Amino acid sequence: MHVPDGFLDAPTSVATAAVAGAAVAVSLRMARGELDERAAPLAGLTAAFVFAVQMLNFPVGVGTSGHLMGGALAAVLVGPWTAVLVLSVVLAMQALLFADGGLTALGINVVLIGLVTVAVGWTVTKLVLALLPRRPASVVPAAFVGALLSVPAAALVFVGLYAVGGAADLPLQALAATMVGWHVLIGLGEAVITALTVSAVVAVRPDLVYAGRHLQPALELRGADGRVPDQVPAEPDATPDRRRRTGGLVAVGLAVTLLLAGVASFYASGSPDGLEHVAEEQGFLDTARDHAFGDLPLADYGDVGGIPVGLAGLLGVAATVLVGWLVFRLVASRRPDRPAATSDDRERV
Amino acid sequence: MHRLPAHVKVVALLGFVLVVVATPREQVWAFVAYALMLAVVAAVARVPAGFVLPRMLVELPFVVFALLLPLVATGPRVDVAGVSLSVHGLWAGWNVLAKGTLGVFAAILLAATTEPRALLVGLQRLRVPALLVEIASFMVRYVDVVSDEMRRMRIARESRGFHAGHVGHVRVLAQAAGALFIRSYERGERVHLAMLSRGYTGALPVLEEGGASAAAWRLAAVLPAAALAVGATAWVLA
Repeated sequence: MHVPDGFLDAPTSVATAAVAGAAVAVSLRMARGELDERAAPLAGLTAAFVFAVQMLNFPVGVGTSGHLMGGALAAVLVGPWTAVLVLSVVLAMQALLFADGGLTALGINVVLIGLVTVAVGWTVTKLVLALLPRRPASVVPAAFVGALLSVPAAALVFVGLYAVGGAADLPLQALAATMVGWHVLIGLGEAVITALTVSAVVAVRPDLVYAGRHLQPALELRGADGRVPDQVPAEPDATPDRRRRTGGLVAVGLAVTLLLAGVASFYASGSPDGLEHVAEEQGFLDTARDHAFGDLPLADYGDVGGIPVGLAGLLGVAATVLVGWLVFRLVASRRPDRPAATSDDRERV
Repeated sequence: MHRLPAHVKVVALLGFVLVVVATPREQVWAFVAYALMLAVVAAVARVPAGFVLPRMLVELPFVVFALLLPLVATGPRVDVAGVSLSVHGLWAGWNVLAKGTLGVFAAILLAATTEPRALLVGLQRLRVPALLVEIASFMVRYVDVVSDEMRRMRIARESRGFHAGHVGHVRVLAQAAGALFIRSYERGERVHLAMLSRGYTGALPVLEEGGASAAAWRLAAVLPAAALAVGATAWVLA
């Protein structure tokens, strides 16, 4: 069920085709990095797999069946760049050989099904993986969430494209609500199938799941008598130097921020900003409704509660730094500390 | 038409579809003309209607959407057989229906007269990046193998008494899909090793030359040229 010709007007089709072309060009370069010279046969076989599995009908109850699109699944299994290539090839062959998807709409279909689903699916999978324990099995729930969000995201992008180049002037909120609502259900089905398929692969060959390649326990060398020989010394650690440099940057940045927020804010101009000024002039300032938190003492940078603006500024900086530090700690703590085991891709053969 | 090189056909049909998409929707006669042109091409290429029509079912969901548009679109309304329909919606629905159907018809004609391998050669001549053409070649070569494997798995399931009835059976099917991926990927690795042992250096040798003569280009240009004439007239009249 791909977008046919004439659904979006000619300029939109051409523009999306350009975007799709650029994305595919970038993926061509990056896919070599994922798979080096094995890219062609492996991606080709994965494309054949995606094509075949799209024909697999899964029962969804009440006598109907659904089928997988495969964007998030391909991203989790073979990596995002290769997945973009795989899906683009599948979509192109479907348009040329099976008339499934318009020839001029190929750019649109590649953007929606090849790019958005892969990008959203991959990013969400990595985010969720960062929060889960480092085990190969963690890929399964991560893939579930990734696939779940990828489908409505593509639906949203479709609504956006329709707003730009669509045929009829449908009320956009209604269209968005219907499309996203329907595709959340479809995304649920896709998420279930993706998660179960990934779990089947992880159970047999966890090394084939690209998203989980850093989650494998390192191979342990053992001597013939069962002793574990001394570990190979890791490469000279660059961290002390790097930590010192970043530490200095953080200190200076923090000092400047505190100065600006705590001292310079007293000298800030009291005139209304651009939007407020225009609103006053044009007379629509009173259409503004009150903020939900407008009664708290810190509201309006301390104006409501009589708190000096400098203090409000310092509190704001502190809160931002705290939240930001927490978020980055969560994301960064899942990165491997040791150098990636020598191109684990090569180990697979 | 069967004998024309694939890249010529792809360019001609792409040009045709572009003109169709750019034609203003109010000029209904233009679309009738386009449909007649495609019918003539189908007759010349001896593609039977029984081949084309079932394959046009693939656009069914969008036909449904096109039929719904007059009911849900906004704007001035008109009464047709007692039902109030939006004028904008009617035009938009016609737009989607006409252009989409013509596009599908054109693509089916391309598929009916072109072998997949010839199509890939054509794409290569059109300077599609080599890696993409290689991936497509492997896909075309192995999609039958992989589909067959899936069919054998289905037969094995059914001969052990499994019938996909309700949602809980999804797990079994997903396990089959997972096993299919592992088998496909390992096949890909074996294919790669086989290619290495036969001297693969990273790029497949160029497939046969198959250049097109000027006569072939002229013949193929008839369709998009005629469409362009109709389209330009439609633009002027609109």
